[in-house]
Amino acid sequence: MERNHVLAQFEPRQENLLLILHSLQNNNPQNYLTQDDLSATADFLNLTKSSVYGVVKYYTMFSLKPRGRHLIRTCMSPVCRLLGGRDILIELEKLLGIKWGQTTKDGFITLEPSKCLGCCGNSPALLVDRTLHGNLTKAKLREIIAGIRNPSKLINKRGRQCQKKK
Amino acid sequence: MPEKKIGLKNAGIINPESIGDYIAAGGYDGFKKALHMTSADVIAEIEKSGLRGRGGAGFPTGMKWKTAFNSTSYPKYVICNADEGEPGTFKDRIILEQDPHSCLEGVMLASYAISAHKAFIYVRGEYFLPEKMMRKAIADARDAGLLGDNILGSGYSLDVQIKLGAGSYLCGEEFCLVESLEGKRGYPRIKPPFPAEKGVFFQPTIVNNVETLSHIPHIIREGADWYRTMGTEKSPGTKIFTLCGDVNKPGAYEAEMGVPLKELIYTFAGGIANGKTIKTALVGGASGTFVPPSELDMQMDYDSLKSKGFTLGSGAVIVLGEGRSLPEFLFGILGFFQHESCGKCVPCRAGTTSLRNAMEDILAHPRRKIKNEKSLSEMEWLSTLMLKTSLCPLGQSPYFPITSAVKYFKNDFLGKE
Repeated sequence: MERNHVLAQFEPRQENLLLILHSLQNNNPQNYLTQDDLSATADFLNLTKSSVYGVVKYYTMFSLKPRGRHLIRTCMSPVCRLLGGRDILIELEKLLGIKWGQTTKDGFITLEPSKCLGCCGNSPALLVDRTLHGNLTKAKLREIIAGIRNPSKLINKRGRQCQKKK
Repeated sequence: MPEKKIGLKNAGIINPESIGDYIAAGGYDGFKKALHMTSADVIAEIEKSGLRGRGGAGFPTGMKWKTAFNSTSYPKYVICNADEGEPGTFKDRIILEQDPHSCLEGVMLASYAISAHKAFIYVRGEYFLPEKMMRKAIADARDAGLLGDNILGSGYSLDVQIKLGAGSYLCGEEFCLVESLEGKRGYPRIKPPFPAEKGVFFQPTIVNNVETLSHIPHIIREGADWYRTMGTEKSPGTKIFTLCGDVNKPGAYEAEMGVPLKELIYTFAGGIANGKTIKTALVGGASGTFVPPSELDMQMDYDSLKSKGFTLGSGAVIVLGEGRSLPEFLFGILGFFQHESCGKCVPCRAGTTSLRNAMEDILAHPRRKIKNEKSLSEMEWLSTLMLKTSLCPLGQSPYFPITSAVKYFKNDFLGKE
């Protein structure tokens, strides 16, 4: 969707700022807010760009750097840490070959720690995009990663086939 | 004491996506009844019930409403605080996912009571499913004529809107939430004036927790006297306790206020995992207090806990089994506070970092007995200072876990188990 179309869904009032930023970020295939997004939002709401930037930097869910198409947020709350959340994060880093805060080389998955996902009854937990996974084990982690990776292989295959035909 | 459910009454029993199911279970009867009552009567009923805020502070809900009601400034607003982020707490998520209409009805009743025509539900950004459920609930209620203009021919109009957070623990504090809802950085404001006097857009605003609001329809429908038959004199009603950590059956359990902690851990949650003994329970989430095994008979209500120097907070009970390292756990908590501090006021910004660093130092040198003892007393002093000088509850929070840990488990920090 065009940026202007996203903005047009909202009334130009400052109280909608967070909703607008969420929509713009979700609209970006790389899950982040560009400098142009900030400028356009500031113009739309009649705010300064610096004040929009200030809001973006305050909230951890917004990113100013490109991220992967899928976000994995691991819970790092005291409860998840207690029940092995750290090992889960280390295992994930090993499986994906990246450190937390980084994106895989193919730009597919970004790994981020989150403070508490409100899933302490099923610790340790993580969030893949919009889906919550609890009671994690190393085996379950591999399944989850394979689940995210699998559709990507199909898309890549198709992409390659298309190129060959050309 | 068996489980007694009000907030979780429909959870897991009805289809959360069906308004018909909720109505069949007695839903919206309270709201329909209230439409025939005056606003003052609704508030009087809530005041009489003695309902106290379930978000953590335990402030009397009726008093909050009355302040907003008595204000002559219009328009007024109602905000449902669904920005649940306290580690160990997940009660609001369960209510929103499994019974969103009960919370929505509470919002509608609160709005009617103070004649607000606009209400917001502020859901935290990471709560994707609860947000989806609530959106559906609002749309269904609108279709059923329970929201919108001239509701059920009563002449009362109400619009409810969902607002999203974006990953800030601090926005669960009422003024930070108000600022965030206005589209700003979630910084706390100086109190007073309280939100009930000058809240969102500097208008009178009620900010209530999801669990508090889910009790409202039941109180209006069944009456304040019925509500007072449960719980204790000063803390009537039920409370959802979320048990997690080293227990066999972690989960959310609702019981009458005043239920013994022992019963929660051993009867409801099935005892300590792996057949171990209990080391301690952190009651009230990250900003709660460590309870030693000797105090397990304690009653869980606001006043009983307060009289012994503990806090009920949001009702989270994080259980640590024998063999768990308390310094490590406390380090996790202090790291959490350091990350979530907004940096507006100095005591919290500098203090949370100092506390975390001091704890890291103790962890790195567990055998330095004299030095660690000194660091611990410095940490206690610093957290007391923060308690007295910080602007909002975040800076005041580290005091509770630190002082209770030092009081009951000092030896754990000095390297002699």
